Amino acid sequence: MISTTCPYCGVGCGVRVSGGGGRPVEVQGDPSHPANGGKLCVKGAALAETLDMEGRLLHPELDGQRVSWDTALAAAAAGLQRIIDEDGPEAVAFYASGQLLTEDYYVANKLMKGYIGSANIDTNSRLCMSSAVAGHKRAFGEDIVPVSYADLEAADLVVLVGANSAWCHPVVFQRIMRAKQARPEMQLVVIDPRHTASCEQADKHLPLNPGSDVWLFNGLFRYLWQDGRVAHDFVTAHTADVDAARAQAASASLETVAQETGLKVDDLTDFYRLFAACDKVVTLFSQGVNQSSAGTDKVNSIINCHLLSGRIGKPGAGPFSITGQPNAMGGREVGGLANQLAAHMALEDPQHRERVQRFWGSPVMAQEPGLAAVALFRAVAAKKVRAIWIMATNPVVSLPDADLVKQALADCELVIVSDCQQHTDTTAHADILFPAATWGEKSGTVTNSERVISRSRAFLPLPGEAKPDWWIICAVAKRLGFSEAFNFDAPWQIFREHARLSAFENKGGSARAFNLEGISELDAAAYEQLAPTRWPVRHANAVELFSDGRFFHADGRARFIATPPRAPVNAVDADYPLVLNTGRVRDQWHTMTRTGKSPKLADHRAEPFVNVHPHDAMRQGLREGELARLASRYGDLVARVVFNGGVREGQVFVPIHWSDQNASDARVGALVNPEVDPISGQPESKHTPVRIMPLTVGWHGFVLTRVPLSTEQLTYWVKVSGKQFWRYEIAGRNLPKDLSCWARDWLGAQAESDWLEYMDQEGGSYRAVLLENDQVQAGLFSARRADELPQRGWLSSLMTLDAINEEQRRGLLAGHSLGEEVDAGPTICSCFGVGRNTICAAIRERGLTEPGQITACLKAGGNCGSCVPELKRLIAQVQAEEQ
Amino acid sequence: MSKVEPKTSGNWQRICKLDELHVNVGACAKVAGFQVALFRVADNEIYAIGNYDPNSGANVLSRGLVGDIDGRLVVASPIYKQHFDLKTGECIEEPVASVKSWQVRVSDGWVEVGHAGEIAARKPRLVVVGNGMAAMRVVEEVLRVAPDLYDITVFGAEAHGNYNRIQLSPVLAGEKQVDEIMLNTPDWYARHGIALHLGDEVVKIDRSRRLVRAASGYETRYDRLLLATGSNPLIIPVPGKDLPGVVSFRDLRDVDAMLAAAKTHKRAVVIGGGLLGLEAANGLLRQGMDVTVVHLQGTLMERQLDPRAGDMLKASLEGHGVNFLMSAQTEAILGDARVTGVRFKDGTEVAADLVVMAVGIRPNIALAQSAGLRCERGVIVDDTLQTFDPRIYAVGECVQHRDATYGLVAPLWEQANVCAAHLAQMGFARYAGSVTSTRLKVTGIDLFSAGDFSGGEGSEDLVLHDHARKIYKRLVLKDQKIVGVVLFGDVSDGPWYFELMQQGVNVTALRQTILFGKAGEEKRKQAS
Repeated sequence: MISTTCPYCGVGCGVRVSGGGGRPVEVQGDPSHPANGGKLCVKGAALAETLDMEGRLLHPELDGQRVSWDTALAAAAAGLQRIIDEDGPEAVAFYASGQLLTEDYYVANKLMKGYIGSANIDTNSRLCMSSAVAGHKRAFGEDIVPVSYADLEAADLVVLVGANSAWCHPVVFQRIMRAKQARPEMQLVVIDPRHTASCEQADKHLPLNPGSDVWLFNGLFRYLWQDGRVAHDFVTAHTADVDAARAQAASASLETVAQETGLKVDDLTDFYRLFAACDKVVTLFSQGVNQSSAGTDKVNSIINCHLLSGRIGKPGAGPFSITGQPNAMGGREVGGLANQLAAHMALEDPQHRERVQRFWGSPVMAQEPGLAAVALFRAVAAKKVRAIWIMATNPVVSLPDADLVKQALADCELVIVSDCQQHTDTTAHADILFPAATWGEKSGTVTNSERVISRSRAFLPLPGEAKPDWWIICAVAKRLGFSEAFNFDAPWQIFREHARLSAFENKGGSARAFNLEGISELDAAAYEQLAPTRWPVRHANAVELFSDGRFFHADGRARFIATPPRAPVNAVDADYPLVLNTGRVRDQWHTMTRTGKSPKLADHRAEPFVNVHPHDAMRQGLREGELARLASRYGDLVARVVFNGGVREGQVFVPIHWSDQNASDARVGALVNPEVDPISGQPESKHTPVRIMPLTVGWHGFVLTRVPLSTEQLTYWVKVSGKQFWRYEIAGRNLPKDLSCWARDWLGAQAESDWLEYMDQEGGSYRAVLLENDQVQAGLFSARRADELPQRGWLSSLMTLDAINEEQRRGLLAGHSLGEEVDAGPTICSCFGVGRNTICAAIRERGLTEPGQITACLKAGGNCGSCVPELKRLIAQVQAEEQ
Repeated sequence: MSKVEPKTSGNWQRICKLDELHVNVGACAKVAGFQVALFRVADNEIYAIGNYDPNSGANVLSRGLVGDIDGRLVVASPIYKQHFDLKTGECIEEPVASVKSWQVRVSDGWVEVGHAGEIAARKPRLVVVGNGMAAMRVVEEVLRVAPDLYDITVFGAEAHGNYNRIQLSPVLAGEKQVDEIMLNTPDWYARHGIALHLGDEVVKIDRSRRLVRAASGYETRYDRLLLATGSNPLIIPVPGKDLPGVVSFRDLRDVDAMLAAAKTHKRAVVIGGGLLGLEAANGLLRQGMDVTVVHLQGTLMERQLDPRAGDMLKASLEGHGVNFLMSAQTEAILGDARVTGVRFKDGTEVAADLVVMAVGIRPNIALAQSAGLRCERGVIVDDTLQTFDPRIYAVGECVQHRDATYGLVAPLWEQANVCAAHLAQMGFARYAGSVTSTRLKVTGIDLFSAGDFSGGEGSEDLVLHDHARKIYKRLVLKDQKIVGVVLFGDVSDGPWYFELMQQGVNVTALRQTILFGKAGEEKRKQAS
């Protein structure tokens, strides 16, 4: 039994893993972990289904050829060195990920900022919470999340803003729900343009206009002020610039806010009154706030309200940024963003730069912020950055204007990718591929949304030639000539250096809240045993952050920030009349490289879809269940139209998960406008003007197969994992003329194969199933309309069988079981197909005594009459039985 | 007619006062349900005979003129002028058309008619030519709805009782015994008072005298005649067709001949790869013979099957051990004392000890034709199964209705029901023709076919094929209705498709699931 941490969202649940080493792996919640207390969501519970070696990258590759580690590392180092020599350190960049462990992150950041000498290291965390980071820094002077999950349970009011936690942070949401069950007076308000799953259990849902959050919270600020809810003592003693915020909020009258947010004055008043009335309020926010060109202001408009009312630094109160990745927080702690330095020290501060350089003893030090994600890939496209090393992330799918990213990588001189999967939309462009260890194989630490550092422990051997990311980074660093600074043998050594840096010239947290001095001398054994630990970890007993009113600006005061509302950068217009919102679905995570392996998780939402309001659908001629093409000025995709996604008129929602690996055309990143927040650099992923139109196809279908199939001839396809098989949802413009021939060829049937076929050429239906020794190998089902296809469930269940029986075989082409109904028994009357059991039942139940009566009831015997003797016998038989 | 005041006393029914009857003027009274003609020829001389004139089929005798012929008091029928003896009811010109005479008396000035237990009018006579399935189904139906209407006489050319002809194949195959396919026992005929003449073929119909004569010379008159003479097997006119060892497959005699041949001979050739030929082939194979089926066409049962199903059927039968010579035209049947082989147009020969001709049937219309009834391929009938002569009905394989002739059992049933209703004087039903379906009665081979599947303009195909399980299903749609069904290997839904086809159901809503069967459709309905 090994305790480790779930690799998905930022809740950071502890899991216990048993098995492995030949025995089946089982994953359960860790009852002792403070984040989840033993609970897991469906994704976490299905982790064991994602551990197979399918698609794993197991060997280094150079230009698509397998090479030795030595060759690959030498090529990477030489390539980077050559470009640095030619164009300077700004010409190379790292693009890392919130899925790296803290130790991986630390050495990557150290290499780029202190040894290569550029700050061109950014991460996918830029897409997820950089606005929160910026907002925290502006308000608190340091990137500090001032609440914990326990505060959610202690709160009288929880406000979810731009967060569908029921789906995206299910364990935290369930903690809120349990608290609400225990204290029914506890209120939950959801602020989200969409009516999400989280709204189902909320007391109130405020479906505000996309991007109008600042108006809403400025209005709240004004209301609190006017309502006399200002915590004067706190504001006076511990904050600054309240007047600027107040002046800004003055314009946010109820009527104006109602107009700007599209909410009713009554609803606004109710919410404001509730907020004002509750002492303990936690505002939990996520990507709906952060992923915006005004994300940082949104964050500050929220924090402003908490500062003004003093609802911070005490139990059950505070603004709570919840992160989407397992180690976004760890990345922030090591400084793994282009505008950070390390250990919460500021890149723009010369003293900090000097201190970090002195600590590292490094030859150089980045002097100014590097390129943030969107700008970074534009620089790659512009050939200003000539080499990029992408670690544990999939920017061709996830970045805005993703087609530009794809092209940029295609044209880039040197693309190095470290990944655990061989085939992703990003590895497709790699010159050098490093096989990285993945969850369960690598060891280190992660930090969750409530600042708890937990160990991620290995319970599986490294497969093939895979290596941990820290090892790969250090190996390249050594070949770049930095042997001494990267001479690490194990993660615990890196962690100790990271912890020591946090405590460096920061005794007792005097300079920076982020301080791990209490665990900065761990040896290998102590590190191995490290229990979940919330930072700061100081030697002396210290008070909870902010509870003493101390913030981390130089003057120790928090700052109010004036947040002038501004609309999303791109407004809808006649050409692009709808607002595209993006997000996660319940059972998938990121680009599905892990969750996509789980058949269980595939069931919930198998296909990329677009939620459309029925009125918009009607206007555009869309029908539910059919395919639609969605286009922005940047790119387009194809998805299935689904009503009832909770979107309001004028808005559409598309999930972020599908990539070119599992769908023909479903990278929503390609559509997202590459507009960013001017302060945080976070892209506006929740607001892109788009248009939608029906995708005209001639047929729809699906395929079940035990081997991956070529998808070349298909207009539309999605690949869905099943248990030992794949399902493809497909569609095309024209069916091939000779369907039978095409299907046989595609599914790999030979002339003598066991092959079942159904064809209704004029009706547009075709079905075929290939078997081998009574095991279903593949099945193809197509129809003119999507709703004419059979359900997938029963057929999929047959794919899990070694052999099917005759009854199942009879149902194959129908696509559903023909069994289960009362077995009619062997046929007695062939003319009317009446079975023995049916006849006997009728004799018994209706007390029939003559064949003529049977004929009257069941028709049996009424045609050729050849079964009449048998009918007589059956009557006698039944009568004998009854006596 | 005088108004009567009926009063009954014992077996005598009081009719009217004596002085209410005028001398030499008939009157009619209803006695015990019968019309009785009363005549007062002198003051106290009163006679009563049946009012129904059998010659005209009308209740008219009370309106006839009274007179005498050679001293016999008679009344002349007002229609055809036959004379009836007032004392005996005898028809002087047509003794067989005599009527009943009733007892009559005057009591206390009242005229009374006696109606003792012996009272019964002569029932109209229904004569049935043919003792096959169609004929007997009509009789059964008539007995069911009008049990006392007719005196019934049945002539059967075969010496056997009535049997289920379509079960001859299982008998040949040894799967059923003869007594298992017998339908109505002699006892059954007796119980229903039916005069049964077995092995006595009707050779003549005298329509003017409404009389039939059997081969034995026996004659009987009819009021209604039902022709159900069935069909004859086609015999191809080649040399040797009459040789011993050449049989058809039509009746029990043929089956007996084949069974006997199978005991002593080895090689059988069946000419004709249609339904009957294949069943014969299967039966002979079961009886241990080496069987070769010779077929003129390239596809077996080409009128019921499409080439794909025909090929599957051929493969299946070949699997059973049947040999096939396809597209083979018989030129001669060889042999001297007994058949020894068959020669074909291309000169090839095949040895045979038994040749079964199963190339089709032809309606048996000889009797009807000789009686001057209108015939073409079959006896022409209208939608009530009435022939050219309104007293004569016809059903079964001998009839031609709306240009169609039938060789299957289902249309017979439909015809029989309509015909019986009319014979029972409850006729409002109309027979509009039958849509037929075919099944092959060969154990281990499931085959169902109905309708037209030749394709053509506007027709649409739904096809299902499970190669390994030898299952093939094809529905042909036209204007969204089923017009053809071919099922091979799994025929369980044949009746359902057939019903949808017969009823002309628009199957648009079923189209996506219909070929997966009724069970599948019901499951789908449940699911939705």
